Amino acid sequence: MSNHAWLLLGLFLIVLLLTVKPLGTYIANVMEGRFRLAGKIENPLYRLCGIRPDDEMGWLKYAFAILLFNALGALVVYALQRLQADLPINPQAFANVSPDSAFNTAISFATNTNWQGYGGEVTMSYLTQMLGLAVQNFLSAATGIAVVIALIRGFARNTARSIGNAWVDLCRITLYVLLPLAIICAVVLTSQGVIQNFDAYKEVRTLEVTSFETPKLDEAGQPLKDEQGAVITEPAQTQSQTLAMGPVASQEAIKMLGTNGGGFMNANSAHPYENPTPLSNFIQMLSIFLIPAALCFTFGRLVGDTRQGWAVLAAMSLMFVTLAYAAMHFEQQANPLLTQLGVDPSAGNMEGKETRFGIAESGLFATITTLASCGAVNAMHDSFTPLGGLVPLLDMQLGEVVFGGVGTGLYGMLVFAIMAVFIAGLMIGRTPEYLGKKIEAFEMKMVSIAILVTPLLVLVGTAIAVMLADGRAGVANPGAHGFSEILYAFTSAANNNGSAFAGLSANTPFYNVMLGVAMWFGRFGVIVPVLAIAGSLAAKKRIAVGAGTLPTHGPLFVTLLIGTVLLVGLLNYVPALALGPVIEHLVLWAGQ
Amino acid sequence: MKTLLRPAVSLFVLLTVVTGIVYPLTVTGIAKFAFPNATEGSLIVKDGKAVGSRLIGQNFTDPKYFWGRPSATGPMPYNASGSGGSNQGPLSPALSDAVKGRIEALKAADPDNKLPIPADLVNASASGLDPHISPEAAAYQVARVASLRHLPPADLKVLVSQHTEGRQWGVLGEPRVNVLQLNIALDALR
Repeated sequence: MSNHAWLLLGLFLIVLLLTVKPLGTYIANVMEGRFRLAGKIENPLYRLCGIRPDDEMGWLKYAFAILLFNALGALVVYALQRLQADLPINPQAFANVSPDSAFNTAISFATNTNWQGYGGEVTMSYLTQMLGLAVQNFLSAATGIAVVIALIRGFARNTARSIGNAWVDLCRITLYVLLPLAIICAVVLTSQGVIQNFDAYKEVRTLEVTSFETPKLDEAGQPLKDEQGAVITEPAQTQSQTLAMGPVASQEAIKMLGTNGGGFMNANSAHPYENPTPLSNFIQMLSIFLIPAALCFTFGRLVGDTRQGWAVLAAMSLMFVTLAYAAMHFEQQANPLLTQLGVDPSAGNMEGKETRFGIAESGLFATITTLASCGAVNAMHDSFTPLGGLVPLLDMQLGEVVFGGVGTGLYGMLVFAIMAVFIAGLMIGRTPEYLGKKIEAFEMKMVSIAILVTPLLVLVGTAIAVMLADGRAGVANPGAHGFSEILYAFTSAANNNGSAFAGLSANTPFYNVMLGVAMWFGRFGVIVPVLAIAGSLAAKKRIAVGAGTLPTHGPLFVTLLIGTVLLVGLLNYVPALALGPVIEHLVLWAGQ
Repeated sequence: MKTLLRPAVSLFVLLTVVTGIVYPLTVTGIAKFAFPNATEGSLIVKDGKAVGSRLIGQNFTDPKYFWGRPSATGPMPYNASGSGGSNQGPLSPALSDAVKGRIEALKAADPDNKLPIPADLVNASASGLDPHISPEAAAYQVARVASLRHLPPADLKVLVSQHTEGRQWGVLGEPRVNVLQLNIALDALR
């Protein structure tokens, strides 16, 4: 790994850790209702909405509220896409989106996945982007944070029957945490060149005439095909370039802060209008991890022992540094087949990467975006070296708990922490407890569901897709890499990440439906058991620390926690990884 | 369930108005005031006409110009209303064939060039719109452009170095050359 890469990683980690305490404290204060202006802003809103803020909810009611709120979001995004041709703010006059694609995208954005089967700048009107997609970027992020706050209350409360009020939580997170951060972030991004306007696409006259082949169309506007089914093309020339426009910066900011990841443009954060400079890239990487890291401190503060939060953050950071090193290291390796052709190997694997980011910025971004269930990309993961591409795949397969999505990462990690104390309890023969709460059969059942639902969706989904012709039809690259593309798609969808090995043609009814189902159950199949754990824990007495209590803030526990995450992740996925990236690596380097 | 419906719908509408309308308009207002050129796309205007954007690359195949990154957008390269990469995996025969073709084009335009071939000059960018090449990729092309334009290579090297950006703040990103701006400057030399 280059000196530049080490420096970048170090700088990133230092800046990130400096933000943890102030932001974490702020979020804790907001969620406890200690934000000073809160009453003046909120009370009229609650009256308007018919919300009684003191009306605390049990876990079941909380879960219903969350489900209802998100189902509503999915419905509105679906409707906006299906009607956009007749709605305003559509300067490019884009047609309505097809039902299966609209279904997929609606679920994708409501579940914080932001998997994109469509290309943004050729499909979505500005109205759909800002009123549908960007709104879900806020609300799905608020949902994740609300759920983890509810879980934390489960630990913090003593024999309580409720875990908070979902409406109050969603409202406070959106208005006081996400919105101010997004405004600041968006304005800073425009200073670097991210666009923010509602203009129609702009034509410029290029320096040189471009000659190209364009598909020949029949009278109905469909491309003509020859006997073999290949598209017939004809030569064409142009001296103009059409620049896609739009309100990008406002969407970009919340796309990162909410670990959503859905790009305004098809190329996502590789597009120079979404991510124009190395500084904008650094800000984007930082804003992905900002809230997930701060929430660890919020957790410690709310359970009354900040060491607990730091321990979780330490486990996350150790795994992050290791995986980031791996991604940057493997991408620095040039493709041996191209080196044979005479390409200089010193620059590393540059296929699908931007010059301004190079290897270090691309490798680090890929690690952050896949660990954090963000899914934005500034380089094309499909063109990574086999082991460089294995890292983002593995990042997601660890269950999106290393920082993870906003809220989702921490509640996922706390589920693993319960698992870890349970395993430790079995080893020493004592009833396991975590933060003074006894872990019993009900919690362990819910933990098992929460941990196993995603691997099940990933592995069964991949198996179905590779068995069916519809599934295999989407593959772009031959051999083991084609299998990796399918595995990546289901891994990304079920873990609510949203990045892709984008060669896979996933905008087909088969993939739109399969991945839509994987996203929905990958999200709420975890949220519901987590809220059940919250409710069950809240009802228990907090017991004092005794001589036999396993301390959950020291290096021993950090090691145990990392071990549990790795054990579950690797046991589930090693066979599948062996069939994809590992075989590809062996073939690529065979005979070198 | 019924008691949840009214709060759900009304809170959803309210937060939609705040985050879907008020928020993007606020950002547009502030950003247009503070960074008017950037919000509009960082356009390069010559004689009152937009000839490109500082941030969006253009396609160059004429040996008298510096060439940029290969672009995998369709149907034409550098399609700025349809961004994307090649998504070819390392073992893809299509990738090897494409790189072979690009190397042949470079060699055909400059048969005497013995420098190692810079990777960014033969590998497609992620967006298909990358405005930059590495300083090595610019240096690789100096001799060719100089001889076709009958310019002293030393002058051209100076021009390239004037258009070379270092790492941002000394630590972020990679050193790079903006191809469109370099080529515009090149045309202005005559």
